[in-house]
Amino acid sequence: MPIKQLISKNFGNEKARDLEWYRAQGGYQAALKALKMEPEEVTAEVQASNLRGLGGAGFPTGRKWQFVPKDTGKPSYLCVNADEAEPGTFKDKYIMTWDPHRLIEGIIICCWAVGIHTAYIYIRGEYVRPYERLRDAVAQAYAGGALGKKVLGTDFNLDVYIHRGAGAYICGEETGLLESLEGKKGWPRLKPPFPAVVGLFGCPTVINNVETIAHLPNIIEKGGEWFASVGCERNGGTRLFCLSGHVNRPGVYELPMGTPLEELIFEHGGGMWKDRQLKAVVPGGSSAPILTAEEALQVKCDFDSLAAADSMLGSGGVMVLDDRTCMVKALSVVSHFYAHESCGQCTPCREGTGWIDRILHRILSGEGVARDVETLLNISENMMGTSICALSDAAALPTRSYVSKFQSEFEHHIEHKSCDVEEKFATALSG
Amino acid sequence: MKEFEFTAENLEHFEEIRKRYPVKRAALLPTLHLAQEQLGYVSEAAETYVAELLDLPVVDVREVLSFYTLFHRRLPGRRHIRVCMSLSCWLRGAKEIESRLASQLGVASGETSPDGAISWETVPDCMGACEIAPMLQMNKDYHGDLTPEAVDQLLEKTRE
Ligand SMILES: Cc1cc2nc3c(=O)[nH]c(=O)nc-3n(C[C@H](O)[C@H](O)[C@H](O)COP(=O)(O)O)c2cc1C
Ligand code: SF4
Ligand code: FES
Repeated sequence: MPIKQLISKNFGNEKARDLEWYRAQGGYQAALKALKMEPEEVTAEVQASNLRGLGGAGFPTGRKWQFVPKDTGKPSYLCVNADEAEPGTFKDKYIMTWDPHRLIEGIIICCWAVGIHTAYIYIRGEYVRPYERLRDAVAQAYAGGALGKKVLGTDFNLDVYIHRGAGAYICGEETGLLESLEGKKGWPRLKPPFPAVVGLFGCPTVINNVETIAHLPNIIEKGGEWFASVGCERNGGTRLFCLSGHVNRPGVYELPMGTPLEELIFEHGGGMWKDRQLKAVVPGGSSAPILTAEEALQVKCDFDSLAAADSMLGSGGVMVLDDRTCMVKALSVVSHFYAHESCGQCTPCREGTGWIDRILHRILSGEGVARDVETLLNISENMMGTSICALSDAAALPTRSYVSKFQSEFEHHIEHKSCDVEEKFATALSG
Repeated sequence: MKEFEFTAENLEHFEEIRKRYPVKRAALLPTLHLAQEQLGYVSEAAETYVAELLDLPVVDVREVLSFYTLFHRRLPGRRHIRVCMSLSCWLRGAKEIESRLASQLGVASGETSPDGAISWETVPDCMGACEIAPMLQMNKDYHGDLTPEAVDQLLEKTRE
């Protein structure tokens, strides 16, 4: 399937972040259209569009909005998740850097549909330049009458504030984000209650990813059915794929849901670098179970196809590994990250992530013991579904998949205290 | 005179920040960012000052400070470098970047060069720039598609 630029057409265009330019291209017309519809009609369009949450979980967006109770007497909030910290993911940065008004327009649409008058954009602290771009665009939107009192000349009022994080992966988890926004450590909350009912400051709250929100203007302009028809069954529209690792052309590619992974890597991404062979692909951020080359070449990129292949579409971060990659080392890199980022509230996660990290380190220093493979698999089993948030699973899934799919490499490291991948290519070079 | 207080301009900025939230405490992270911008790090005096501004116990502020990795508790170098060691950067040679920085700067990760010019650290988190892997962040900016030679050039430019 060809590149389809629904939300990426302004990437790289220096003019696009200027309010006047954006308006001249028809910008904010979709928001105005939404503001003239009944809020329920807007939500119905979004539901018909099959738009699914692009932060990682793939939850249907329209349905999420419907969980927000009306008439609680409390205000409701929107939190836009711009924490973008899942390893391998860098798409939201492009939206905020190049097309911030599309995000703001999407925020207006969401807030009107749900009855929200205050939105916070939670952006990771490292993104200083994207923050500056977004801040300037929000200021322009206020000055130009697109935000604040009487949005776009209607009777709707909406405030948008940007809130900077400060370096903690766990604050991307939606309830960790809420805690962090409230000025606390980003410790995820037990659910239920769900944020839709008890969220920010104890009030009903919608949490959506930047990219999810950025799709809304097109959906309102062209209709939910049209958006659904661009994607595949139950997965509406396009998404931004973040391609990185051992490919010739790493970058962001917008493609329809259901695009074959092979096409992304070999056509759009220009294939493997240095003419090497494909060994494995992590298809949806580092939390997604790894696919062998054979599996990767058969799978389509949408939430359901990747789930059927026992992996996930997740955040759209596609990382490509060539045949010279040692899987023990790769897993060690990933596991070290999770051990570092576990917030420590739940014993299985705190202990499990640390233990995996230490075992892998030990194996790599030539001190592995035969039962380590089994221990790694056992720990990962015990970490799944036993904790407050999904970070524990996110750490367990890669462990289980790397170890079970590339078991002989782990065994070689343990038995011979050396790397068979390195040895193989060393002989290839000298021979 | 207090050991730390906001400049008049920052105090105004703080007042504006506080109005964004219905609950005072929610202004904590942005206020700490502001303190760090002014001072280069969050000193104990700044910690106490922020606690007073927001009517919070100092221990609460300290707990939050130590949870978030982007807050400096001591003065970093005039340039602070963070090298990404996450998967995509590792796949494209982050280890070599790390070694070159270590040998060029002559101090270990987490330390500051003797002249106070540059401090650096490796971070296990992906910085959301894998398309330019391997990469590092220096103060506000990202630098990517690094090679050991590119690191040399970057450091040379920085020292000019
Ligand atoms: C450990 C962890 C980290 C997460 N990080 C992010 C993130 O950086 N950005 C994001 O949008 N969602 C992240 N999520 C998913 C959010 O919890 C939430 O599902 C999402 O923001 C909802 O928005 P969506 O429905 O539009 O995807 C993370 C989840 C977990 C468990
Ligand atoms: S699963 Fe891990 S990261 Fe999530 S709340 Fe528990 S300890 Fe914290
Ligand atoms: S792995 Fe380094 S920026 Fe993503």
